[in-house]
Amino acid sequence: MAWRDGKASGKRLLLFMSSIILGIAAVVSIQSFSKNLEQNIALQSKALMGADFLIDSNQLPTDKVQRIIDSLRPNGHEVTFASMAAFSKNRATKLVQVRGIEGDFPLYGVIETEPVDAAENYKRHNGALVDATLMLQFKLKPGDSIKIGALSFPIIGAVKAAPGSSAISTTIAPPVILPFKFIEDTGLLQTGSRVKYNYYFKAKVGFDVEALDKAIDPILDAENADFDSHSSVSERLGKRYQNFAKFLNLVAFIALLLGCVGIASSVHIYIKEKLKGIAVLKCIGATKKQTFLIYLIQIAGMGLLGGLIGTIAGLILQQIFPLLLQEFLPFSIAISISLQPVIMGLLLGVLMSVLFALLPLLETWYVSPLQVLRVQESSSTKSKRANVVVIFGIMTFVFGFAYWLLNNWKYALLFMLGILVTFAILAAIAQLFMKIINKYFPHQWSFTSRQSLRNLYRPNNQTMVLLLAIGVGSFLISTMYFSKDILLAKASLDASVKSPNIILLDIQTDQKESVVEAIEPKGISIIDNIPIVTMRMHSIKGRPVNDIRLDSTSTINQWVLNHEFRVTYRDSLVASETLASGKWETQNHEEGIIPISLSDNVARDAQVVVGDTLVFNVQGVTMMTKVGSIRTVDWGRMQVNFSIVFPKGVLENAPQFHVITTHVSDKQKSAELQQDLVNKFPNVSVIDLRQVLHLIQGILDKISWVINFMAFFSILTGIIVLIGSVRTSKYQRIKESVLLRTIGAQGVQILKITALEYLYLGVLGSGIGILLSLIASQLLAFFVFDTRFVPSWVPFGILLPSITLIVLGIGLANSRSILKSPPLQVLRKEVQPFR
Amino acid sequence: MTNILNVNELVKTYTSGSKQLTVLDNITFSVKAGATFSIVGPSGSGKTTLLGLCAGLDDADKGSIELCGIDLKNLNEDERALLRNQKVGFIFQDFQLLPTLTALENVCVPLELQGSKNAIDVSTDLLKKVGLSERMNHYPSQLSGGEQQRVALARAFSNKPQLLFADEPTGNLDEETGEKVIQLLFELNQDAGTTLVIVTHDLDLAKRTKHILRLKGGKVLNNEITA
Repeated sequence: MAWRDGKASGKRLLLFMSSIILGIAAVVSIQSFSKNLEQNIALQSKALMGADFLIDSNQLPTDKVQRIIDSLRPNGHEVTFASMAAFSKNRATKLVQVRGIEGDFPLYGVIETEPVDAAENYKRHNGALVDATLMLQFKLKPGDSIKIGALSFPIIGAVKAAPGSSAISTTIAPPVILPFKFIEDTGLLQTGSRVKYNYYFKAKVGFDVEALDKAIDPILDAENADFDSHSSVSERLGKRYQNFAKFLNLVAFIALLLGCVGIASSVHIYIKEKLKGIAVLKCIGATKKQTFLIYLIQIAGMGLLGGLIGTIAGLILQQIFPLLLQEFLPFSIAISISLQPVIMGLLLGVLMSVLFALLPLLETWYVSPLQVLRVQESSSTKSKRANVVVIFGIMTFVFGFAYWLLNNWKYALLFMLGILVTFAILAAIAQLFMKIINKYFPHQWSFTSRQSLRNLYRPNNQTMVLLLAIGVGSFLISTMYFSKDILLAKASLDASVKSPNIILLDIQTDQKESVVEAIEPKGISIIDNIPIVTMRMHSIKGRPVNDIRLDSTSTINQWVLNHEFRVTYRDSLVASETLASGKWETQNHEEGIIPISLSDNVARDAQVVVGDTLVFNVQGVTMMTKVGSIRTVDWGRMQVNFSIVFPKGVLENAPQFHVITTHVSDKQKSAELQQDLVNKFPNVSVIDLRQVLHLIQGILDKISWVINFMAFFSILTGIIVLIGSVRTSKYQRIKESVLLRTIGAQGVQILKITALEYLYLGVLGSGIGILLSLIASQLLAFFVFDTRFVPSWVPFGILLPSITLIVLGIGLANSRSILKSPPLQVLRKEVQPFR
Repeated sequence: MTNILNVNELVKTYTSGSKQLTVLDNITFSVKAGATFSIVGPSGSGKTTLLGLCAGLDDADKGSIELCGIDLKNLNEDERALLRNQKVGFIFQDFQLLPTLTALENVCVPLELQGSKNAIDVSTDLLKKVGLSERMNHYPSQLSGGEQQRVALARAFSNKPQLLFADEPTGNLDEETGEKVIQLLFELNQDAGTTLVIVTHDLDLAKRTKHILRLKGGKVLNNEITA
């Protein structure tokens, strides 16, 4: 019976089914790609690191560490640091990541270069390998020269990929690979230089790397060094990408949920039309269960087919993801099909469609055979109770799926509540709009404008579902834009001349005066001249950090124990700081205990409060301090911030280096200043904050493109729901249209009514979505990011009209037959609803 | 008196699969301006199709129809709609009111399609005439069948038509309500001097018109004057 009845409504059921296909396709493609990512990272973990394991340190290894390194016999090592590079060809300068490599590194994988043999030749030719994008940007060719510090090198080739260089980090400081033997002579390894020493090892077959990690890591930690195995690195990398994939998965899941809302609405109308038939069946002896099963089987079958088609589409779509994400992936991805996402797609198809269709399906259970004789609206307590159970089932399923994705019940709950609240707010706003329109109906408008507005209230209308579908899609996409605006506003630069936009790092004390003398004659004034002293924590509240490290019960954050802090001293707070507790000390008054100021995150991680004592190791000299104050620091501000600040009168004579900040009005002046400084002071790194901001914008653009791609599934699903809705109400529209034609409406008037109706839907839906997104983003900016942002015009200027045009196009395309229907139909009773 | 409707050798055929079904076969008649005219016949005799063709709702295969002195063959779909809007009124068996509009708004539609400025005043007067002054702001779903047909009646007269087509106007009403509606229909018809063409299978109703055209199997059985 289910088959016979379904056959008659085949096209209609197919349309319901298509609502979930896109959502399933999106979820399956992302899930499947995540699996591939996991497998590929595991397979390529050694090539990603270039070794089986490494020991690294931010300082020259201590004797103890060196002995460990020597005993393990490293196969290669490198020293890496950020520095300015100058190109004599076009006198340009750029901050780069210098990698001085010695030995057989990489021990696994290859340094991909152009020409291919450059990776083997650069050491023999005493030359450099330069990042391919950087070469393209500065129009460099092999044979041109690059100056790093005091030395110039011929460029041997372009680096396309190298173990140990991630795609994102190379955007900010592109890698330049040099033979290790020249690093010393560049003169860049000076006090304060942020240098990292990596020692790479190849393990013999059967060698237990994990056991070695356990045995030597505590010793290395105590000596400010670290141990990393290829598997732990790939695990970290995998987690980072998996988090992004999980986020995309949730976006895809929203598209699926939206499709399900479409199903629920379409099934509601479908069942409503069948109620009389169901009553007839019950009259002639069909049981509740039998009639219920007829439609349940139809919906489940539709869900299974939708799941199958969606899964196949998802597996095809999966092939696109490596292209979409190539900017973020430091390795190539081999695509394969996993069984788990396929099963998941099919299950999701059946479960989601049945769950969401259950609410309207329950009407078949409670329909009375008496309806054969007269139509009656009944809503018994029993059916209400059943509805509550179904809604609970839906929420449980959404929570369960989110939990399966996120593996964190709090986040899953938040996601479920977030979805519920967003849908509820969108529905409430849509309802409010409809009520306002009804209450303040524009009676003075022309007939066609009013009639199209009235059509939003026609019987069996799906205005709410359409507004939800269009609204959620617009909400998602515009939220991406606004979030990007917030992040950019947070990182934006103050245009005033008092705000620095150039930061000069690694200035040695003896260079300080000369650097100032090189800058000021150009009419550029120095804004800040910040001294920096490096130090480590020696003890916290009287307990040596070595003891804390060994104490497995300690909850003090490990990074605090191992970190080399860059500390400044000054007598006042700066714009990015606010005093959270304690008293700000401008000068050190007492002998012995020095009152210092900590940023709130360091105080929290070190578990200290105002008055607690801390002993620092300042390059061999211990200094007893107490926490005098705790500051809140706005780390997002594009300026030099410090987690530890000493008062004046303590560190003046400690070995130190300097950071100078200045403001340069334009790009040209900035380039000239950088060229001059790199020539005179090769060790000084110059960061142009405008360039950094530009890079951040580029990265955010790439990320938002990927997210938009996923959010677009919501829009597409919305379109399918829209088509479904237009087809569902087609009978009603034909009736109205031919009636109007009969009493004298012309084609253009009917077209105008239809077009305006879709125009209202498009503008209302996308407008509500964008408006809600703007409100949510402003709240987010105000309460979470503590900033103000000027919203991008894109959602209003492009998204709103585009979505409206799509809605209009779909509406009109599906209404062609309505416009063409001969008016004679109005006299005929045999006009049938769409099948 | 001049003829407001001339139907000459009208043929209408429908194709169903490979079969051809002639619904109207060589129909000829005319209706004088201001007359009352009924078309009767059993189900499937072609009454409704004939009414639709006379009103320009579909094209005939052969023959000609002249409505208000204009040959419908020479008009396109929009021109015919305009002609209906200005000179023709309609009443249907199942009322055919727009569910999203109130009674008053439904009556206003033909005038508003013309761009008339006094649609509300004219419609309010008409609704008063049909006894629905208290129900003007009700939606069709809030009205009884008889009330809905009275709204349809008011709508049919709102554009002061020269010719009114009524398709089984009492078909969905009980006897008492049907009688009231018919009385009202004839009253309004007399007041406005409108020509009335009614399709019905109710012979009592047909006998109240001046002319009766009897159809059977798509052919004219006879064309008689009742009084």
